[in-house]
Amino acid sequence: MSTKDHLMITARKLLGALALTTAVTLTAACGASGTSGGGAAAGSTDVKLRMTVWTSNEDQLKLFDSIGDAYKAEHPEVTSITFESLPFADYNTTLTTQIAGGNAPDLAWMGDLSKDLIGADALVGLTDKLKATNGWNYDDLEDSATKEFSRDGKLYAYPFSNSPFALYVNNDLLAKAGQKIDPKTLTWDQVAAAGAAVHAKTGKAGFVVRDFDYTAWNMLATVWTGFGASAWSADGKTCEFGSPQMQQAFTFLHDAAFKTKAMPGPGTKADFFAGDAAFTVAQVSRASLLKGSFKFGLYPLPAGPAGKYSVLGQAGVGVLAASKHPDQATDFLAYLTNPANAEKLAQFFPPPRKSLLTGEKLAANNKVLSAAQLQEVVVDQLPKAVTLPNHTKPAEIAQKGKTALDALWKPDADIPAVLNSVCAAIEPILAK
Amino acid sequence: MAYWTTRRRDVLTGYVFIAPQLLGVLVFVLVPVGMAIWYSLNKWNVFTGRQTFVGGDNWAALASDPQLSSVLLATVLFSGGVVVLNIGLGLLIAVLLNRRFRGATFFRTLFFSPVVVSVVAWTLVWGFLLQDNGGINGLLGAVGIEGPNWLQHGDTAMVSVVISQVVRSVGVNMVLFLAALQGVPSELYEAARIDGARSRAIFARITLPLISPTVLLTAIITIVGALQSFAQIAVLTGGGPELSTTVLVYYVFQQAFEFNNIGYGSTLALMLLSFVMVLTLLQWQLRKRWVFHEQ
Repeated sequence: MSTKDHLMITARKLLGALALTTAVTLTAACGASGTSGGGAAAGSTDVKLRMTVWTSNEDQLKLFDSIGDAYKAEHPEVTSITFESLPFADYNTTLTTQIAGGNAPDLAWMGDLSKDLIGADALVGLTDKLKATNGWNYDDLEDSATKEFSRDGKLYAYPFSNSPFALYVNNDLLAKAGQKIDPKTLTWDQVAAAGAAVHAKTGKAGFVVRDFDYTAWNMLATVWTGFGASAWSADGKTCEFGSPQMQQAFTFLHDAAFKTKAMPGPGTKADFFAGDAAFTVAQVSRASLLKGSFKFGLYPLPAGPAGKYSVLGQAGVGVLAASKHPDQATDFLAYLTNPANAEKLAQFFPPPRKSLLTGEKLAANNKVLSAAQLQEVVVDQLPKAVTLPNHTKPAEIAQKGKTALDALWKPDADIPAVLNSVCAAIEPILAK
Repeated sequence: MAYWTTRRRDVLTGYVFIAPQLLGVLVFVLVPVGMAIWYSLNKWNVFTGRQTFVGGDNWAALASDPQLSSVLLATVLFSGGVVVLNIGLGLLIAVLLNRRFRGATFFRTLFFSPVVVSVVAWTLVWGFLLQDNGGINGLLGAVGIEGPNWLQHGDTAMVSVVISQVVRSVGVNMVLFLAALQGVPSELYEAARIDGARSRAIFARITLPLISPTVLLTAIITIVGALQSFAQIAVLTGGGPELSTTVLVYYVFQQAFEFNNIGYGSTLALMLLSFVMVLTLLQWQLRKRWVFHEQ
């Protein structure tokens, strides 16, 4: 046999080995299909629990660790409870990748991903466990807080953070521009007028819808709800962007961006907390960003043409069905959210428990906001608050909606046509 | 006759040397490609881990995807712009810096330095420069020009991502071209000048043919790199406004990891792979026509 023949045979063998390995991997992938985690026996020992969170705040993580340590002391079979901090911007992507990769955490914080997780039966039902836990007091939960995390009367995630959106005001900038507002009767038109005056006089921005930045359009629900508009029908199947109320709301926003300049236009950055804007709409929990560099006011959202309203930003924590220890994870969740620990968590996250919802209790550990402020912007708002638009496939709806809505952010935009195009883009996803 | 002849030992040694590379190709290329093919034939519910075999459904979805034509157009515009500017400017800068003058080393370092900067950090800075009230419009305003809102209009957004990408990566091509230019024998230039050839003719008849293997190399790596550019789009424009800067690789990421359509994302990724393979093979075949190989 010549060297050439020998090399060819060896090369064929190598290729064969490569093909075989690929086939084995594919077979393994096939074999893996259809598996969905599954829990270990309830009596397991050396249980390690992992919970993904999107906070990196050291004080908050310290509190979680201390609650975890106390739980471990009472449950020797649980040897470790880890709180894994993931960046907020990539949180959903990272979490779903972990689940898809067979590395699902036992517990997870969740925001707009909750509908998908609940719809896919990927979360463990909590109601029975929480009701059966001695002293947990399930009836203490505020109905408006549990709505988004429930299906058919069953709770799938505990709504540990319920932070209403509020209007922050930079009183120094208003004074500089000779503007005065009456928070009791404040309307969006008055905010826009004062904001435009501040911009004209000082060059600073008027009002900013924080985190919107002409991309995250669902944040505009903090405005359009005041106009009586909503993104889709209550059953989530019909798009309502083409409604007259929505057109009125977007005409207001468009005028603010391009005519009166009350709102910074696309591509212009203005950070209220750095003193760059007269007003911002942001969650109450953002008050920790205030550094005392200017005098501020904090009020409920201004009234729109449809009257007074309140919008809520929520985060929940649930147990993933793919957890290796769903029973222990559910038990830990019940402990993490019992009345005593809920009170500790309330120093950072407005709680869903009615018994903790008083301005004085919330102010006990709050260094920035007074009891009166917290009573007015949190406690009084929660029972009637609606949440930001939430639906299954949130990322796809957000992207399709944004792609269509981009056409609106031009001075000469045809507002009704653009809003109808948003419906054309997202309705096929709503209908799925 | 002994089994371990010198020839057999040489063959074995050869395979031992290439084994790590072969293993890398297997683990990081062949297996992922094989798995992508498998995923493209399935619908995968990532929340439950359930996979359902759907055959060619994901491939059929390519034909009915209303966004795909815009995505392919953006891919062609972005890649075309990056490739033309990257090779053209890389060559131009290399020719200019190949001359001996005071400060040549400084300029070589200056043009190459963006290559070593993190792409995300680089793009974040460009984001601040390009915003409506950013640095570039500030400079334009200083000379009485009202700059556009760069990242908010389709045309200027595409121009912006192309320029930020080219400024960052042109240094690589410049260095490759510089190395090639310095390998051109000076006696050929001297002979041409004695014969009365002008600079343009010298460049076209001597320089370009002699550095054509490097042009082929840079063309291949620039095209492949352009088709894989992701961070610039993700950080600077997020694929917008509308779909004007949604290039194929970003669309793959959106479908697979943001929308959790891993099957369809894998199908798109395989389409991208086939584009890269076809373009690379095409260039490899065309090299016979325009790449000069010294005998």
